[in-house]
Amino acid sequence: MARVVVDVMLKPEILDPQGQAVANALPRLGVTDVTSVRIGRRIEIDFAGEPDLDRAREIADKLLANPVIEDFEIRLVETAAAEVA
Amino acid sequence: MRIGVVTFPGSLDDGDAARAARIAGAEAVRLWHGDPDLQGVDAVVLPGGFSYGDYLRCGAIARFAPVMESIIDAARGGLPVLGICNGFQVLCEAHLLPGALTRNQHLHFRNRDQWLKVEATNTAWTNRFTAGQEILIPVKNGEGCFVADARTLDQLEAEGRVVARYIRGNPNGSQRDIAGITNEAGNVVGIMPHPEHAVEALTGPSLDGLGFFTSVLRNLAADGQLAGGQK
Repeated sequence: MARVVVDVMLKPEILDPQGQAVANALPRLGVTDVTSVRIGRRIEIDFAGEPDLDRAREIADKLLANPVIEDFEIRLVETAAAEVA
Repeated sequence: MRIGVVTFPGSLDDGDAARAARIAGAEAVRLWHGDPDLQGVDAVVLPGGFSYGDYLRCGAIARFAPVMESIIDAARGGLPVLGICNGFQVLCEAHLLPGALTRNQHLHFRNRDQWLKVEATNTAWTNRFTAGQEILIPVKNGEGCFVADARTLDQLEAEGRVVARYIRGNPNGSQRDIAGITNEAGNVVGIMPHPEHAVEALTGPSLDGLGFFTSVLRNLAADGQLAGGQK
């Protein structure tokens, strides 16, 4: 079985205050060599039949991402049948 | 004169918006998100709150509500529409207004009385103000940081479509201190602070918010669209 995964990320020029807050917390873990953290969203879509990448792209463009501030990428990921069910 | 106020699942300020419309002298008509019937209203307010729990992005799911399909069509035809806070987010998601509202730069929810400077006074919702007028109305948001690309911001300013800017402190990091904008035709306005919370002395910091509601009444009267005029 294949699942469509959509990754949504803020465009590089859009400030990501959540990512900055995480980056600012890292020194408290003793991590000092990280220069940037950006936070996005992963969405998994299962179709009833064969995965339809064109439909998934339409879903991502119209609803999952806001093209004014976000970019998205679409990919197929193999999953075990038991996991999907 | 009938002003429709939409209730989405998670709307908070629909009651106050309806009350503000009544105080201004209009009849408030409650519209339901799942019903595309606009009941012949003369104007629509999209209220503040957390429609659909702010899931995915603020306003992203509300945009596809049945009532929104009717409102989007009507707004393109000239119906005055005011989006307040979450309503502003819905208008941006629906592409009736440019740009987007993102997480406050400092990540904190801001709730305070906020000074604004009104700029565009030729819109359906701000014609009772004078350009440069300073008004005090509450702001309360977690995702009120207005962003757009530089070209869009330049265009908004060049075309006089910035309705209001934050003064004496920007509460959320909005680009160019923008608190509200309008579309090209001036019938659709989105504003992050809450005029409906500043319409009477008992509950608001001023009566400045009332001007938005009296403006649309004047706009409708001037247009001769007195649908409720005989009542």
